[in-house]
Amino acid sequence: MDRWRLLRWTLAAAAAGLLFLAFPRGAAAAPQPDSCTACHQNLEGRLSAPVARMRDDIHAKRGLSCASCHGGAPARPGMDAMDRKAGFVGRPSLQQIPQLCARCHSRPEVIRRYNPRLPTDQLARYVTSVHGQKLRAGDTQVATCTSCHGVHPVRAVGDAQSPVFATNVPATCARCHADPERMKRYGIATTQFAQYKDSVHGQALLEHGNRQAPACNDCHDNHGAVPPGVASVANVCAQCHSATRDLFVRSPHKEAFDVLGQGECTTCHGTHDIAFPTDAMIGDSKPALCVQCHPAGSAGLATAGGIRARLEGVKNAISGADALLARAARAGMDVSETKLDLDEARTQLIIARAGTHAASLAAVEPPARAGVAAAGRARSAGDAAIAELAFRRRGLGLALLVIGFVAVTLWLKLRELEPRRRT
Amino acid sequence: MSVPSWLEERVRYRGVEAFLRHKEVPRHRFDFTYYTGGITFFLFLVQVLTGLLLLMYYRPTADAAFESVRFIMSKVRFGWLVRDIHIWSANLMILAVSVHLAATFFGKAYRRPREVTWLTGVVLLILTLTFGFTGYLLPWNTLAYFATKVGTEIAGDIPLVGRAILVLLRGGEEVTEATLSRFFGIHVAILPALTTLLLGAHLLLVQVHGMSRPIDVPSTEGEPFYPQFILRDVLVWVILLGGVALLATLMPWDLGEKADPLLSAPAGLKPEWYFLFMYQALRMLPARLLGLEGEKLGVLAFMLAGAALLFVPFLDVWSKREQRHRLFTVAGVAALLFVVAMTILGLRGTL
Repeated sequence: MDRWRLLRWTLAAAAAGLLFLAFPRGAAAAPQPDSCTACHQNLEGRLSAPVARMRDDIHAKRGLSCASCHGGAPARPGMDAMDRKAGFVGRPSLQQIPQLCARCHSRPEVIRRYNPRLPTDQLARYVTSVHGQKLRAGDTQVATCTSCHGVHPVRAVGDAQSPVFATNVPATCARCHADPERMKRYGIATTQFAQYKDSVHGQALLEHGNRQAPACNDCHDNHGAVPPGVASVANVCAQCHSATRDLFVRSPHKEAFDVLGQGECTTCHGTHDIAFPTDAMIGDSKPALCVQCHPAGSAGLATAGGIRARLEGVKNAISGADALLARAARAGMDVSETKLDLDEARTQLIIARAGTHAASLAAVEPPARAGVAAAGRARSAGDAAIAELAFRRRGLGLALLVIGFVAVTLWLKLRELEPRRRT
Repeated sequence: MSVPSWLEERVRYRGVEAFLRHKEVPRHRFDFTYYTGGITFFLFLVQVLTGLLLLMYYRPTADAAFESVRFIMSKVRFGWLVRDIHIWSANLMILAVSVHLAATFFGKAYRRPREVTWLTGVVLLILTLTFGFTGYLLPWNTLAYFATKVGTEIAGDIPLVGRAILVLLRGGEEVTEATLSRFFGIHVAILPALTTLLLGAHLLLVQVHGMSRPIDVPSTEGEPFYPQFILRDVLVWVILLGGVALLATLMPWDLGEKADPLLSAPAGLKPEWYFLFMYQALRMLPARLLGLEGEKLGVLAFMLAGAALLFVPFLDVWSKREQRHRLFTVAGVAALLFVVAMTILGLRGTL
């Protein structure tokens, strides 16, 4: 009997020990009751869906609860939690959403606790945007915070599944802006997304995943989204293309475009459909764009023709040297060091191409000349490699002749010795 | 006093000359195999000569090795020729030493009293392969770097001592400049010293015992070793020199890109052709075999095969009685077919 008692005590002590070990010490504090989750997870359809999806929500991950946005008293049981007196707002209206998000997102002292690098000017910018202004005017078809960022869950911007992750932004904007029915009342085109997808920027971002390439928000702004307008479009492009903008503002085109009220970069390059620029865009005959404004025989067209000729000169010099070096390399010659000159020529070609934005031969001529010179050095090295190759082959021929002579002499000597061996 | 008399009084060369004049080489339908040893020896001499020339410019550091080889190829007069001859003759030497081994094996030239000649020969084969393995890393290019990484990993699979050998070979846990430094030391000092010693012993033993006549092959007559056989040997060497010059000029070896340990291994990485059979066989083994790690078991099997090859003269007791036992012929043919098949599979990149 004593043995059984002892066994029971031992088992009880072991169970107590296991319970103690099983629960971390911090768990001693009881979790806050949350009747929102407790009730909604047992409901069906749209009433329960947010509970499961909140697992991916950045706010939930940072410890915020349903009540942080929807208000109410989640500590109270059942329907009593949705007490309007306790601040319950239920489903906020579209007009309420910007202000609701801004309760935290426009307060640096709140945001810095979670992400000090996150801006807090979203609402301030939003109210200046076309979306924000139309919302204030009572238009409930426009985008608010949740239209782009989603809701239940709101994912972090860096989350690849977020609708505002860089590569998802164009499709997110296109949900409304490519919808003719939705855009009809605003009288704006719906082709932007289709054009953007085929543009140099769209291909870089959407096909090659290059997140340095601009999406809609990089030119139009995100929270303060507006069309850039003729006056500011060059500044928008200059966020990335600063060198070409600097050349452009010194060019005669700057004043002319300002007078004509034409967009600075967009006149030649387009907007959403910006194609990869080619040298064919410049010159004194079609398909060069210059002929659209400059009449035949004008000084402007002569300059354009001169610029094109310089660019073609560098390209021809590079391709000639490249072909020669490739031939030498195929023959086994080491021309790796010579490729530095070719790289230099290609760099100069890039500088010369950028120089076209100054619309002046003076900006294109020096790099074009440097490029031709560098390609010439590469070509000389290629010629030397081919000459060395010929020298090697001649040397080989001579060596084989000597070797053949020695071999024949040895063979004759062996033949001479052969009869002696037989005798 | 005439010059020969003066020399004879001091170096006693006439005894050697008389020995060589009296020495005879058997003539039979397989006597062409006697040239394989001479070819290997000639290629070794080419290696020594071109290696010494390369040493004048080569710098064995991770920063300078690649650039110094490129300098040899592009700036040093005939540097490209010296480097290409060094690489081509290295590859041909490995081929020649393998053919020499096969000819010796199937001719049963290892039988009494040439057991020690065989032992020195097999060790020379191992030294030659080690020459190839260590020399391959020296240009410090991408392929060499990663091939050495894989090769030393295989060495690390040797049971019990593998880990220690891996660290010893690499000079640490990874392939670094320390590996390059010790591979260089092994390639230009340790291996040449060992090879010269063993090669001396091997050649001396060949002279002492003469050429072996294969079992069951009738030999009707003999040929004087000096000058006929030596002249024939030299004739083969001269033709071979022309062949190496032709290959070096028309099919130069690409230097590739400088090794970057931070990059991932290039796709389709393979060892040099002479290690390919081993690499391919190890790749084809299942992860677990007989309750052991497949690769480790494979390495153990190759080591046992190597040991069996080394001790063939003592295992083939029939050869002592001038008998050709089918077991060794079949084993030799099977090993040869295995090496050829695995090499072809490896070259085609088939698992």
